Amino acid sequence: MMREHQLVIIGAGPAGLAAALEAEKAGLEDIVLLERDEYLGGILQQCIHNGFGLNYFGEELTGPEYAERFIDDVRESSVKIRLKTMVLNISPDKKITAINEEEGMIFLKAQAIILAMGCRERTREALKIPGTRPAGILTAGTAQRFINIEGYLPGREVVILGSGDIGLIMARRMALEGAEVKGVLEIMPYSSGLVRNKVQCLDDFGIPLKLQHTVDYIYGKQRLEAVDVIQVDDNFNRLTETKERIECDTLLLSVGLIPENELSQDMGLKLADGSGGPPVNELRETEIPGVYACGNVLQVHDLVDYVSEEAEVAARGAANFIKDSLKKREKEIIIEPGRGINFVIPHKISYQDESRKLIRHFLRVDEPRENIKIVIRDEAGSQIARFGREIVTPGEMETVKLPESLIPEGTGKLEFSIEAEGVEENGK
Amino acid sequence: MPVEYDVTIIGGGVVGTAIARELSRYQLKICLLEKDADVASGTSKANSGIIHAGYNAAKETLKSRLNIESNPQFDRIARNLKVPFQRIGSLVVAFAREDISKLKKEKEAGQDKGITGLEILNQEELHRKEPEIHPEARAALYAPTAGIISPYLLTIAQAENAVKNGAEVRLRSEVVDIKCDSGAVSAVVLKDSSELSSRVVINAAGLYADEIAALVGESYEITPRKGEYNLFDKEYGGMVKHVIFPMPSEESKGILITPTVEGNLLLGPNSNPVEDKEDLAVTREGLEEIWEGGRALYPDLPAEGVIASFAGLRASLPGDDFKIEALEDPVGFIDVAGIQSPGLSSAPAIATMVRDILADIAPELPEKLTLREGDFDPKLKKLPSFQDYQEKLDKWQDIFLQNPDYGEIICRCEHVTRGEIVAELNKEFTSPTLNGIKRRTRAGGGRCQGGFCGPRIAEIIAEELGISPLEVTKSGPGSEILWARVKDVKPDCDLVYGLGEKK
Repeated sequence: MMREHQLVIIGAGPAGLAAALEAEKAGLEDIVLLERDEYLGGILQQCIHNGFGLNYFGEELTGPEYAERFIDDVRESSVKIRLKTMVLNISPDKKITAINEEEGMIFLKAQAIILAMGCRERTREALKIPGTRPAGILTAGTAQRFINIEGYLPGREVVILGSGDIGLIMARRMALEGAEVKGVLEIMPYSSGLVRNKVQCLDDFGIPLKLQHTVDYIYGKQRLEAVDVIQVDDNFNRLTETKERIECDTLLLSVGLIPENELSQDMGLKLADGSGGPPVNELRETEIPGVYACGNVLQVHDLVDYVSEEAEVAARGAANFIKDSLKKREKEIIIEPGRGINFVIPHKISYQDESRKLIRHFLRVDEPRENIKIVIRDEAGSQIARFGREIVTPGEMETVKLPESLIPEGTGKLEFSIEAEGVEENGK
Repeated sequence: MPVEYDVTIIGGGVVGTAIARELSRYQLKICLLEKDADVASGTSKANSGIIHAGYNAAKETLKSRLNIESNPQFDRIARNLKVPFQRIGSLVVAFAREDISKLKKEKEAGQDKGITGLEILNQEELHRKEPEIHPEARAALYAPTAGIISPYLLTIAQAENAVKNGAEVRLRSEVVDIKCDSGAVSAVVLKDSSELSSRVVINAAGLYADEIAALVGESYEITPRKGEYNLFDKEYGGMVKHVIFPMPSEESKGILITPTVEGNLLLGPNSNPVEDKEDLAVTREGLEEIWEGGRALYPDLPAEGVIASFAGLRASLPGDDFKIEALEDPVGFIDVAGIQSPGLSSAPAIATMVRDILADIAPELPEKLTLREGDFDPKLKKLPSFQDYQEKLDKWQDIFLQNPDYGEIICRCEHVTRGEIVAELNKEFTSPTLNGIKRRTRAGGGRCQGGFCGPRIAEIIAEELGISPLEVTKSGPGSEILWARVKDVKPDCDLVYGLGEKK
């Protein structure tokens, strides 16, 4: 039996929760929220450290506190929640197949869909580290779940590979639980996490961050016994004379997050280079009209506050789509990353909206730089806006708010690039 | 004290379990002993998974005869045991003109041994069958009877079927001694000092066959030879349609590429002797070696497509043939040693050969043994697996209505339900470890490699076994995945938040 709904949201992490609330606020009355885990809130529930909500709520909260504010409101709302419900497939005409332990197979049809599935961690297999395959090698997020949700410590002597934020947070978390954290290794010449996390989680605990280092070999038959740590040069060549064996029973990996887009791909959406999510317009609408993507399934955010805001944008888009109150621009504007920039979200601007003063763009740079300008040029190559920054790094997402009034009439393209000394000028 | 077992088989690889299953046709008390936490923990878990057509080995060898005898049996075995098997055919690919004459000789030799369907393909025919193969590949020997199978699922299914027919399989049971009494074997001694009396001992200990044989005074040496592999994402599974071999060398059939029954692509193995029988480490040099071998056959192999690298060890014996024979002294001891490639392809015929040997020596045993057939059920029932129901979800709803556990997805990547995991854990023969569950259900074997479902599977294992999660292992004792309770004030109790009333 196929049940029809106005809006179905896939995933009840921070993106899905914020989207559900905003969609109701925007006037939708038939919203379904599907969540595969047994609780609402997603990964926030295992992030028991603070630092959430400074932008969105203007105060510092823990992950579960941040989630609870949304969860309380969602429970009060008309949103229909289904937990432990795994979506198996979404068709391009918005039919959803899911399964749960209460109803078994579930078939839904939606007028609009918001994809909010979040992301997953890269695993050891992606790194091709030579050696054995013992127990004791896990991603930082899995370790976080074991400690904070299940209440178990996965090991005592820890090496962390990769300086992603979860790795840094888990260095401190494991140290607080009495484990010996022998160091965090980062193959790049800079940390890939937020600066504040490096300071608060490593420096304050005397945990060394070894830049341009990686794991070269894994020892141990049943349980991890040791790893070889090696330094690399600027071209990632292994400097064999620096190789050092470090005894440990646990190796945590924090080597990147991958937007979880298998469902999106099944429905025919292509993924964009750089962000790893489907290309979207300013309302976070994908190439399939009425299908939206927001949060980490679209782009891996550093701050949950931005996830919530992005989800609200998508929810308003979905509500307006259902009410058919949107007006397309005569000509879509394609947004392209230029020099020094890995990706810009949104990928295009599709709609006309007189009430809108600013369009917010998220972008990530390709390497750390100081005293630069983020420059936006139109199709003709004329500079239409520039934003100065003292420091930019790939570990920290940049946002710029482009006044709608600055976009020249009739332009079909905007290019974002970094301009400064050391960055090659693009001929202008 | 009465003798506990008629036959004890040492080693739960594909060979040991095939023997156990074959002998479970008869009214015998059988015990299979495996030192690790699961069957298929040695050579049988990490190999190419190929059922060879059988033209490779010299005609007079045992391995040639047993391979050729076994090959046609796999369709029935796979059907009975519900093991995935596909007869996709193999191609030995020649690049140099002079190699074509070698292929022709191989073909004639194969036909002489009775292998059917062998064919030499010219360049055009080869490229039609394998569009993405190296453009300079010139010709190939096509063997349509070659196939692919899941070696560990076959091993597990053989063990399960043997158990179903009355055999006992004991895991984590390492044999440290064999006792003899007046020239005949009488008992095996396990590491925990317990003794199992047995009239016959069959040595199918793979890499350790020499050490088991030494316990009855026999002397030979098994040398481990490592083979390393790369496994590619299913995205690339369609790139190769057959088992693709390069021209063979003296020592090995070379680095091959094949699809797997799961739909991935497998590249390997190289062949390097190692000292340690537990050395399963993947080396940088080894991976480069197989990568070069792979690129020589398929230049477009994508480096970013590799999702796992692993190594296996072959149990290599001087003389390069299988050693399958009963000892004269002590009587009751049967060696099944040196079973390297094509061991998987030969397992069914090895098992019947061992049965014949057993029948031969039975009258010479101190207490006579007769092989009387019993009620043998060659089949296993396939438990419901959600993967198999993708095209008939309404049928899955019926299964769900019987048991709601079949509606709860635990492994998100491979879509494995709680019901499937619980059913596996409650089988008569199972291995309640993360690896055991991963092999049997694929839970934890997908893209996230158990990142999300690992903790939940551990919890289910703990629940079903009534143990603490601290006792759950990846692959047996020593591979525990958790170290301690966090803030262990009230072990295994849910913490109460806030100011509870003090009592």
